[in-house]
Amino acid sequence: MEEFSRLLDELYFTNSTLAKEKILANYLKTTSDPDRGWALAAIAGTLRFDLFKRNLSKSLMVERMDPELFQLSYDYVGELSETIALAWQQSDEPILMNRLPTLSETIVEFQGCGKEGIRQYLVQLLDNMTPPQRWALLKLGTRGLRIGMSARSVKRVLANMKSVDLEVIEELWHGLEPPYENLFEWIDGKSDMPDISGTIRYLPVMLAHPIDEEKDLQRITPETHNAEWKWDGIRVQISSNEIETKIFSRTGDDISGSFPDLVEAINFHAIVDGELLVKTDEGIGSLNDLQQRLNKKKPSAKLIKERPAHFRGYDILSLNGDNLRSLSLDDRRSELHKLHESVNQEIFSISELLEFETVDDLKLMRAEADKSNGLLEGLMIKDKTSTYVSGRPKHAWYKWKCDPYLLDAVLMYAQRGHGKRSSYYSDYTFGLWNEAGELLPIGKAYFGFTDEELKLIDNWIRKNKLKRFGPVQEVKKELVFEVAFDSAHVSTRHKSGFALRFPRIHRIRWDKPASEANLLEDLAKLIK
Amino acid sequence: MVQSSTNAEEWMQVKPQGLYCIPANAYIDPHQPVERAIITHGHADHARPGHGMVIATPLTHEIMKVRYPEDQPQRISLDYNKSYQLLNEINLWFAPAGHVLGSAQAVIEYHNHRIVISGDYKRHPDPTCQPFEVVECDTFVTEATFALPVFSHPNLEDEMAKVRRSLETFSDRAHLIGVYGLGKCQRVMASLREAGYEQPFYLHGALLALTKLYENHGYNFGEWKPASGLKGKAREEMRGRIVLAPPSTLADRWSRTLPDVLPIMASGWMQIRARARQRRAEMALIVSDHADWHDLIRTVEETKAKDVWITHGRTDALEYELKKRGINAKALDLIGREEEVE
Repeated sequence: MEEFSRLLDELYFTNSTLAKEKILANYLKTTSDPDRGWALAAIAGTLRFDLFKRNLSKSLMVERMDPELFQLSYDYVGELSETIALAWQQSDEPILMNRLPTLSETIVEFQGCGKEGIRQYLVQLLDNMTPPQRWALLKLGTRGLRIGMSARSVKRVLANMKSVDLEVIEELWHGLEPPYENLFEWIDGKSDMPDISGTIRYLPVMLAHPIDEEKDLQRITPETHNAEWKWDGIRVQISSNEIETKIFSRTGDDISGSFPDLVEAINFHAIVDGELLVKTDEGIGSLNDLQQRLNKKKPSAKLIKERPAHFRGYDILSLNGDNLRSLSLDDRRSELHKLHESVNQEIFSISELLEFETVDDLKLMRAEADKSNGLLEGLMIKDKTSTYVSGRPKHAWYKWKCDPYLLDAVLMYAQRGHGKRSSYYSDYTFGLWNEAGELLPIGKAYFGFTDEELKLIDNWIRKNKLKRFGPVQEVKKELVFEVAFDSAHVSTRHKSGFALRFPRIHRIRWDKPASEANLLEDLAKLIK
Repeated sequence: MVQSSTNAEEWMQVKPQGLYCIPANAYIDPHQPVERAIITHGHADHARPGHGMVIATPLTHEIMKVRYPEDQPQRISLDYNKSYQLLNEINLWFAPAGHVLGSAQAVIEYHNHRIVISGDYKRHPDPTCQPFEVVECDTFVTEATFALPVFSHPNLEDEMAKVRRSLETFSDRAHLIGVYGLGKCQRVMASLREAGYEQPFYLHGALLALTKLYENHGYNFGEWKPASGLKGKAREEMRGRIVLAPPSTLADRWSRTLPDVLPIMASGWMQIRARARQRRAEMALIVSDHADWHDLIRTVEETKAKDVWITHGRTDALEYELKKRGINAKALDLIGREEEVE
């Protein structure tokens, strides 16, 4: 546990992704099995069970600490595990250990315990640990590690250790189980690549390039390319065999738990690629509706009924165990249609092909998508002969997004960025005027400008500071940004009552007086 | 134990300028200019310029001279354990507080009543100042900077080992430690030497004068260089070595000029993860010059004081705990104490 705790601490405090990856790689190289595999699982979020319930640690604490002091401490620290880790008082007659158990010994012991045993073992460990070790244990035990490291980043570390492409690890990943001994045997060169046939697989997805209107449009003809709507849902992969079905996000995270209605509807042995949406009797729901579903690890029956999941498929990667990725897009789509005949079509539809004769037709359709208030993000245009290649191959798939909305907003607050940008004010909150002449925040953006512009804005902020709220610096309401965004919706997150999708700084309007920035009602008009 | 014949509340008072001893017409650590000031130690929120008379230890006077070269008060220098007569036969003496170089507890005796104003203090070992001495008293005035059960300061050796380990993993990064100039800087340097760090330290300009003052009094920190003395390519030599600078530089432009900087903050607040992240520290060194929860209570009990006044910090929790133990505790809530200076 000592090494694991130290690892978590180092990862927690390190900002840069690269540095985190270096720390994790060092740990994995110097730690033996099965400890390193369990640590990997804890960080990548693939542990399947809680070692103990969150409530247990709290009730232990209340038993041994004055409730008044506990409350004062909790209020001050603001986080339960950390409060307990710091304020834990050793038992009157503690059972002292001559050494702390290893990470895997800890996990095995907890799993073998009954309820009372779990309680005793937890007390014993906490009695023998330092505050950072207790924090690591409490976070591990309730799977609440938040150390800012994505599953993708973890896989990149593994790929680098073995000097293979990230895709190789991503393909393997969902076929493996903690503590990943076969994976490390292969990485260490002691065995062949683990055999994962017969297990549920996630295949790294194929991505599109933004279309270059000057150069790419001339390639497009109805004979060579397909056109589809680009729906504003989330990209998912349904991977299913005779035994089980999983839904993976674009980054390979398993999100099956949030969509049991979709999982139940799947009756094939295949891997399909498409867009996850919400669809009711009234039609396709907004991304906001889908967000409600995504936020729930275990959705209620009511939520499922109000916002049923819907899958709009556009590709098939594997059928009954056969790899289809080397077929052409046209051939894959006909396989997809065959599969579609025998599924529940209420919940699984196929992304229709849009008929067009010239590029001008496509332009008209894109303009139509523009009016959908974000339901359609634009068009997808795909080469009919293209094979399915993970990553972003050139000239195979294009995305042709709608033009963003633009508004002039006033900079209100700034915050320092992370990593390389930590000494610059690079996160900006901006707002629009309401009827009473007050500025209300509508969003936050931290990109869209060049490094040169960043320095200029940073400089402006330093000269125009007002009050400070912790890390947030208020500035004079004088600088106007032209802000671009894909859509707007009603939200309680900001005081203004609106939120923007994908906001970015489009232009800095050094010339424009703040009083001439847009009004909130201009934004309201964009929402029908 | 001295037999108490008066109640200190009758002759000690909280005024806007600070804690005031009426019969002596003297303030303790006033945060505004006054006629007569008793200063416990040299930190800026306790030692301010502009007083008519300053009574302090010789080292605190020296620190104040470095900080406020223009300041010309009448100076009364009082060694530890030496008495000085204030007005109305009030006896004043200083006892070591273990906080920073020259830091003292002010002991005031009047009509058989002894009050100890401890200033800021700690009980953990510190190679750069004299350790705290318990003075039994009737009334004990204490700080409460870290008065919550979540504050239990770890061993300094373990904290320094974290730095050594990081220097091995990131041997190409300049390790910038944010430290306050008086006390923290020197304690961290001395502890790193004890932990076996043998390379030079690189010091920000704001840390030079006080470090030299420590050296003039026999403290040795090995080789160090002013960081600003290195220009262009020469700055590369700071890779894999320790740079010390005031905490404000951690997130500021100064640190951008260091080669691949790894920002570290050394402070008692670093125990709380969110505080460390706020500081943009990539490593949190828990190094405190204040007493932690356990030491605050232990100290109060060792002084055998019946009355305890709590000046600043997390006064609620300490007051609650002391009352539970049958000690008559009350919070003074003095203004003007900057708890970030730690």
